[in-house]
Amino acid sequence: MPDAAQPDTVSTARSTPQTSQPYAELGMADDEYARVREILGRRPTSAELAIYSVMWSEHCSYKSSKVHLRQFGEKAPRSDALLVGMGENAGVVDVGEGYAVTFKIESHNSPSYVEPHQGAATGVGGIVRDILTMGARPVAVMDALRFGPVDAPDTHRVLPGVVSGISFYGNCLGLPNIGGELGFDPGYSGNPLVNALCVGVMRHEDIKLAQAPGPGNKVVLFGATTGPDGIGGASVLASATFDDESQAKRPSVQVGDPFMEKLLIECSLELFRRDLVVGVQDLGAAGVSCSTTELAAAGTGGMRIELDRVPLRDPRLTPEEVLMSESQERMMAIVEPGKLDEFMEICARWNILATVIGEVTDVTDEEADRGGRLVMTWHGQTIVDLPPRTAADEGPVYERPYVRPIEQDDLQADTPDRLDRPKTDADLREQVLRVLAAPGVCDPTWVTQQYDRYVLGNTVLAAPHDGGMIRVTDESDRGIALATDGNGRYTRLDPYAGTQAAYAEAYRNVAATGARPIAVTNCLNFGSPEDPGVMWQFAESTRGLADACAQLGTPVTGGNVSFYNQTGNTAINPTPVIGVLGVISDVHDRLTTAFTPDTDGAKIFLLGETADELGGSVWAGVVHDHLGGLPPRVDLDAEAALGAVLAEAAEYGVAAAAHDLSDGGLAVALAESAMRGGIGCSVRVDDPFVSLFSESTARAIVAVRPDAEAAFAELCTRHSVPLTEIGTVGGTALQVTHPGGGFAIELPELRDAYESTLPAAFAEG
Amino acid sequence: MARVIVDVMLKPEILDPQGQAIVGACGRLGFGGITQVRQGKRFEVEVEGELDDAKLADVRRLAETMLANPVIEDFELRVE
Amino acid sequence: MTARVGVITFPGSLDDRDAMRAVRIAGAEPVPLWHDDADLKGVDAVVLPGGFSYGDYLRCGAIAQFAPVMTELVPAAASGRLPVLGICNGFQILCESHLLPGALTRNRSLHFINRDQALRIEAVDTAWTNRYTTGQEAVLVLKSGEGNYVADTETLDELERTGRVVARYVGTAPNGSQRDIAGITNAHGNVVGLMPHPEHAVAELTGPSVDGLGFFTSILAHLTEGSPVRAASTG
Repeated sequence: MPDAAQPDTVSTARSTPQTSQPYAELGMADDEYARVREILGRRPTSAELAIYSVMWSEHCSYKSSKVHLRQFGEKAPRSDALLVGMGENAGVVDVGEGYAVTFKIESHNSPSYVEPHQGAATGVGGIVRDILTMGARPVAVMDALRFGPVDAPDTHRVLPGVVSGISFYGNCLGLPNIGGELGFDPGYSGNPLVNALCVGVMRHEDIKLAQAPGPGNKVVLFGATTGPDGIGGASVLASATFDDESQAKRPSVQVGDPFMEKLLIECSLELFRRDLVVGVQDLGAAGVSCSTTELAAAGTGGMRIELDRVPLRDPRLTPEEVLMSESQERMMAIVEPGKLDEFMEICARWNILATVIGEVTDVTDEEADRGGRLVMTWHGQTIVDLPPRTAADEGPVYERPYVRPIEQDDLQADTPDRLDRPKTDADLREQVLRVLAAPGVCDPTWVTQQYDRYVLGNTVLAAPHDGGMIRVTDESDRGIALATDGNGRYTRLDPYAGTQAAYAEAYRNVAATGARPIAVTNCLNFGSPEDPGVMWQFAESTRGLADACAQLGTPVTGGNVSFYNQTGNTAINPTPVIGVLGVISDVHDRLTTAFTPDTDGAKIFLLGETADELGGSVWAGVVHDHLGGLPPRVDLDAEAALGAVLAEAAEYGVAAAAHDLSDGGLAVALAESAMRGGIGCSVRVDDPFVSLFSESTARAIVAVRPDAEAAFAELCTRHSVPLTEIGTVGGTALQVTHPGGGFAIELPELRDAYESTLPAAFAEG
Repeated sequence: MARVIVDVMLKPEILDPQGQAIVGACGRLGFGGITQVRQGKRFEVEVEGELDDAKLADVRRLAETMLANPVIEDFELRVE
Repeated sequence: MTARVGVITFPGSLDDRDAMRAVRIAGAEPVPLWHDDADLKGVDAVVLPGGFSYGDYLRCGAIAQFAPVMTELVPAAASGRLPVLGICNGFQILCESHLLPGALTRNRSLHFINRDQALRIEAVDTAWTNRYTTGQEAVLVLKSGEGNYVADTETLDELERTGRVVARYVGTAPNGSQRDIAGITNAHGNVVGLMPHPEHAVAELTGPSVDGLGFFTSILAHLTEGSPVRAASTG
């Protein structure tokens, strides 16, 4: 048996082909291991096995999802805005005036369940480094969060921890948190969804790519030291190779240091500004394994690394552990030798440790054909010698079987038509209040007030408005708007339509700020891909999103897949979270959701058409604990027309307020606009139940002052958007009248219902 | 190498919301009879060579000027 | 020559650019200062901005007081010569440096709080508040995890007696601050510490109000017109 001083070298591997290796414990299938042996023409060393096991993991290789994700590229609409597409750390879009924006959403679900505070904190840290790696200054974050029921004991462990982690890390970095989502469902007990989004801004010419060109260029690791964070998996290797019990117990929780990340951001941006790097990559889930193989694969294909030069926080780390460590706040850069001194000076100024650990090498034609050549040594002995492209780009691809579950028919047949509807005004009134107080609908302030939304001074809109909006820089009036949406209930009922509905809602949220949607990111949260029913949900969901993006001309620029969100055999409701980015040429034109006092007397118009659509609705869930039927029909052309009306209404200044209609329907939208502006409204509708609670898509309410009514009506006509005058802004209550009567709820009573839920559930007692 | 432990506690008259939160949780978790918890900080300071009076005095000054804020905190030194 | 107002950037400063923007909007010239340079570049006044100076793992502002830039700042501020405004983390640094009495501890709720917060300006004879009227309400941005002002009773009484409470929270202090104190000044009126952020309330588009601009127009008035502050009256 080799010991720590005597690592498993390439020559040992050649001479001991029969040594049994713990590939199964590392999550590798028999045929995957066989393929590694075929690629190398020998057994892998334990360091090589470490690299292949993490690079070919579902998380890094997208081996189950790849065949479905391809359609985002294949069906992508032609878009002049797209500067960098999928495949890089994050996509980049042009937002005008020479500015480019990069944005991406990523999951940190499982770590946030194990250790909510650190899991969520490092989730923010990871996505911020992805954005930084593209050459952009990170300028804002958002979070889409989903938990078990508010009254479940574990939610009281997970939610406050997740929120404090995001608050701690994001606030210390000085990134405004401009919105997101907060949802609750029993399926997320044990499987919370923590999806973090970051957006960054740069000039077109500043885009950086993960590549390692130029033989002789230095490979520099900079940032935090490497410790035994997140290497639960590596312990298998350690114990198997070294037969040492003490090595087997390693923490799997990564710990974040936002102050280090803040320094890393400022330091990196200065390095970029001075043009001191030719390629850069952040160290994410697979640490040094991923950054070296990916950088080499995207460059000459050749790289030589002295792995023992990696600065360690714990000197006992084995080479396999160094390769697999997920220690946070680390980056890798490719630097020309002539610029190395200046690179090191900048790092010293920011107190950032930087170490040359290797260099880019040339490869022979034959080596290039095999996928390049990455060599790593450990105190002079060669422990890795593999073609990096085989690890980074040529991982296994699975066509997992998928089949529509037979239960899907029963689910869709169980429509909400059988549910009792409110018969009296008193019932209607009571149900409006219940829906408003529902945890996924109610006021999220208990959560959002823990986030800094003002820092950097460019936040134009933040929670609780429909989308977040920031000014691109101080020197410009140009802005970008962002919204994320997901609806596990809709997607469970119909994965294709449910995903399109989530996309449509994010699109509409952005449009309701006055911005024009131009690009999409996504975080696809599903159960096990080995379950054909889940795989069917995934296939349908991706097809729905690709088709929708093609139809509305918004390319998918990147994203993330999170599988295995399930407890036992029970998967979460499939929850694709869709992020839409929009552009507004002048942020002063933005629309807000609030009926402010200066809108008193404005008419309220309902845009779009309302049908009796309650499948998967908040009403069905909150009042009847029911999930069945079909989600509301999605009409993407109607969404586009509505978006055009809202953007032009903002530009021409003919809308005093706008709010999209989604969860909870018209009842929730009216109540929110009234509460936010501190002024009531009265509306008249024909069928109060359907009008108030239906969740038909492609709808919004817009408040219009008398002098703008004609222009607004003309706008709607021009875009063929149906327009119904439903009432006026004014008074101190939400007042609803209908042919059979009516009811009113004073603002304080609305507020009491809306604002009490989360503080009552989560305030320390 | 010698090690000096510096324990820093909020002064008794200063509100300690963290400690209070822990007391609250004790009740909910069924740990009865716990009336007060105060949360503090422990620093382990390692000093080169033998620890003499001069070095100990240095650590004390470090505690006074940086590790503790005398406006709100008290500290104690122990040699381990 | 317009007034030159320095804004110190520590490695973990976050609202430094916002403070510079506010200085500029008020009509003064912002001058960036770096924590590691023991050089105030001859500025007329200094803002210590919000953020987490050196990560603030020990105590907020605890390490910043030893920064090279503070060696010139502390005696100049203590003597009454140099006007200094500490915002949020800057307030914490001023307390840790003993330029202001008391300390800022963890919010009573234990949570970070970001909200639009109404304050009542009570002392208008300082270098930073002379453009306000006594009792004027101002809505600023509160965003902090350790904004709970504490001091012993004697100190609090002294602050009250000498009119050195610059601002109080309207209603109950959201962070538990004693006597609802949001900001205080020193005996000369040249050093002011304030927990909420005036620099985030200087433009309609991005702030809850423009009520914070007064802090920056006050220093400009103080420097250019010599608006009277207690520094002159108490020497």
